[in-house]
Amino acid sequence: MQISGAEIVVRCLQEEGVEFVFGYPGGAVLEIYDAIFRQDAFKHVLVRHEQAAVHAADAYSRSSDKVGVALVTSGPGATNAVTGIATAYMDSIPMVVLSGQVSTPAIGLDAFQEVDMVGITRPCVKHNFLVKDVAELADTIKKAFYIAKTGRPGPVVVDIPKDVTQALAEFRYPESVHIRSYVPVTRGHPGQIKKAVNLLLEAKRPYVYIGGGAVQGNASAEVTEFVRMLGVPCTNTLMGLGAYPGTDRQFLGMLGMHGTYEANMAMQYCDVLVAVGARFDDRVVSVPEHFLSQPKKIIHIDVDPSSIAKRVKVDVPIVGDVKHVLREMIDLLRHQGTAPNPQHLSDWWETIESWRKHDCLLYTPSDALIKPQYVVQKLYEITGGNAIVTSDVGQHQMWAAQYYRYNRPKQWLNSGGLGTMGFGLPAAIGAQLANPDAQVACITGEGSIQMNIQELSTAKQYHTPVKVVALNNLYLGMVRQWQEFFYGTRYSESYMDSLPDFVKIAEAYGHVGFKIEKPSDVEPVLREAFSPALKERLVFMDFRTDQSENVFPMVQNGKGLDQMDLPPHMHKVQGVPFENNRDYGNMC
Amino acid sequence: MRHILSILLENEAGALSRVVGLFSARGYNIDSLTVSTTEDPTLSRMTIVTHGSEDVIEQITKQLNKLIEVVKVIDLNESEHIEREMMLTKVRATGKDREEMKRMADIFRGRIIDVTEKTYTIELTGTSDKLNAFIEAIDRTVILETVRTGASGIGRGERVLKI
Repeated sequence: MQISGAEIVVRCLQEEGVEFVFGYPGGAVLEIYDAIFRQDAFKHVLVRHEQAAVHAADAYSRSSDKVGVALVTSGPGATNAVTGIATAYMDSIPMVVLSGQVSTPAIGLDAFQEVDMVGITRPCVKHNFLVKDVAELADTIKKAFYIAKTGRPGPVVVDIPKDVTQALAEFRYPESVHIRSYVPVTRGHPGQIKKAVNLLLEAKRPYVYIGGGAVQGNASAEVTEFVRMLGVPCTNTLMGLGAYPGTDRQFLGMLGMHGTYEANMAMQYCDVLVAVGARFDDRVVSVPEHFLSQPKKIIHIDVDPSSIAKRVKVDVPIVGDVKHVLREMIDLLRHQGTAPNPQHLSDWWETIESWRKHDCLLYTPSDALIKPQYVVQKLYEITGGNAIVTSDVGQHQMWAAQYYRYNRPKQWLNSGGLGTMGFGLPAAIGAQLANPDAQVACITGEGSIQMNIQELSTAKQYHTPVKVVALNNLYLGMVRQWQEFFYGTRYSESYMDSLPDFVKIAEAYGHVGFKIEKPSDVEPVLREAFSPALKERLVFMDFRTDQSENVFPMVQNGKGLDQMDLPPHMHKVQGVPFENNRDYGNMC
Repeated sequence: MRHILSILLENEAGALSRVVGLFSARGYNIDSLTVSTTEDPTLSRMTIVTHGSEDVIEQITKQLNKLIEVVKVIDLNESEHIEREMMLTKVRATGKDREEMKRMADIFRGRIIDVTEKTYTIELTGTSDKLNAFIEAIDRTVILETVRTGASGIGRGERVLKI
C-alpha cells in the first residue's frame, strides 16, 4: 500500500524508536504535522522558538543514549534552527533535524519561506540531505540516523520539500545501511596501542586528559578503570566532566582557561600525556607552542582522525573508538602485568599534591553578598551531586563546571564548543523528558536566560519541573570580567539594565519564583525548591549575587597553562618562578 | 609546497560544494580544481592543486576524508605522477606576430584550432609550469584571452585510485 511522504516520515521515526520530536509547525511541514496528529507512537513537544527545539533535542541526546529529533518548517523555521544545529555540531552530538522545504518546482524561485537549508547548514552539520523523490525518503532518514550516531557523532539535517511529503510511495524501512564512502573506524591499530602502553609505562609524570569523546563514546567505565589501574592523575575537559568521577582523588579538576591550578600545571609539566577523545582546543591548551615548550610525549586516542595533529603534533596517534581502544589497552596492561614505576609515580603525586594544597577554588565567603560559587556548592550538596545540570554560557557556566562535582557522564550538559547563550533552559527541558525521574537544574545568568526565556511556557505545557538557578549579578559577567582585566574597566554594554522581575515572569508562566538576596537565604530556598512539595513544579530562583566576583584561575589568551591568573589567596604562589624557569626540577 | 590531491567522490548534487566549502571555511588554498564524472557514472574524480605546509596538507586530506561523500583521497605528490592541464589562448595574429605565434605554438607543441584574419586560438596541453612558460615566452600584449582547465593528475605506473 502506498502512503504519503509525511506518513513515511512518521513511520521512519517510529521505526527508529523515537520517543519525542521537538518542533514547531509551519506551512511546509503541515502534511507531516497532520501525520503526527494521526499517530501516538511518539510525542511531539511544541517549543516556543525553533532554536529551543534543537537545543532540547540536543540535550535529550546528551543526557541519554538516543538520537534527538527536531522538526522545523522551511525558511525562518529552518534559519532559527541553525544556532542549535551549530551548537550540536561543535560538541559532536548525534541529532536528526527534519526541516520542511518549499515544493520542488518552487525551489530556487525565491518562494515564500524558501531558504537554501542544505546550503546554510552545510558547514555546521555532519551531513545533510535534500530529499527530492519520495521513493528515497525512508532510505535517507535511515541514513541520517546512522550517520548521526556512528563514528564521531553529529547533527544531520534532512530537508524535505512539501510536495515530497504529499507524494505517495510504498513504505519499506531498510534494516541496515551501507554507505561505501563512509566507514567509521572502530578498532585502534594494535601496534599503536602497544606502543602507547609501553610509552606510558616508561613515563615519570604520566597524565590522562579526558574529553567529550569519552562521554559521547560511552567510555566512562573504561577510562575510569584505565586511570585507576595505572594510579595516574587525570583531568576532564569542560565537555568531559563526569567521564571520570569528579570526587575521585586521582581527578585534578577541569583543565583549561578556567581549569584548576593543579590540572593545568600537570598538563604543562607531564612527560607522557594520554588524550582520550579530546581535541587540544584553544580553551584547553591555549598556545600550542608554549604547551609543547615543556617536552612531552603525547598519545592521542580519537575516533576522528582530523582531530589528531590538528593543533598539537602527537607522537602516538590512535584512531578508533575510545571505548574499544581503552579496553584493549587495559587488557594489554593486565596481560603484561606491568605498571608504571611506583617511585616515579609517587614523586609525581607529591608534586601534584603541592599544587593541589593551594586550593585554587577557594573563595572569600561573605555574610553580606551572595557568592555565586556558594550557590553552586549548595546546589551540589542539596542535590546530593545527583542532579543533571545544564548551563548557559558565561561566568555561571564556569562556576557550574568548577563547583558542582560530576560523578557520572551525561550529567553535565553545556554548550562547550559554540558557547551558545540560551542553551540552558531548553536543554533542561530536553534532559528532563529523557530522564523523567531525575532532578534537573539549569544554572544560568540573567543574560543567558533571557535568550530563550519563552521556553518557560514549553516547560509548563509538558510539566518539566526544572529548577532554574539564575546567578544574577546584573552584568554579562564574563564580558564584564574581560573588560575589567583587558579593557581598563570600560564596561561597554555589559551592564543589564531594566531587568524584568523574574519572580513575576516565572509566576506569569505558571511557575514558582523566588528572589534571593541574602547569603543566609540561599540554602533554605534551594532546599525548598528541591523539596517534595515543589517536586512537580518548575522553580525559578533569582539569586542576586556579588557583582564583582571573577572566575579564577584564568589563563589569558596568549598565555601558557602555567601562567594562570590566580585568585587573591594564591598571589604569592604566582611569585614562584615557573614562568621564567622551564626546569621542572625547580618547579615546586 | 604545491600538492596535487586526487579525490574520488560520489557523483551527487552538492558534493562539489561540500569540498569547496571546506576549503573556504577552513582557510585552505585552492590553486585549481577540476572535476568530472569517471567511467563509473556514480563517481566523480576531482583534482585539486593546493599549497601549504605538510601539517596543513595533512589536515586537508583528513578533512576531505571526513566528508561523507568522499570515497578516497590521495596526495599525488607522495609518489610519481603525471599532471596535465589544457589552455586555450586567443592571440592577436597580424603582421609579423602571425608568423611568430605559429612558431611559438609549434615550439610548445600547441595546436592552432581556430583561425581568423586577425587571431589564432592556440590549444596547449602540459604541466601547469609549461603553460606558464608559454605565456611568459610570448609577447603579453598579443594575448586577447586565456582559459585554463586547471591541472588533472594521475599516478604513474600501476598505482590506481579506485574503490
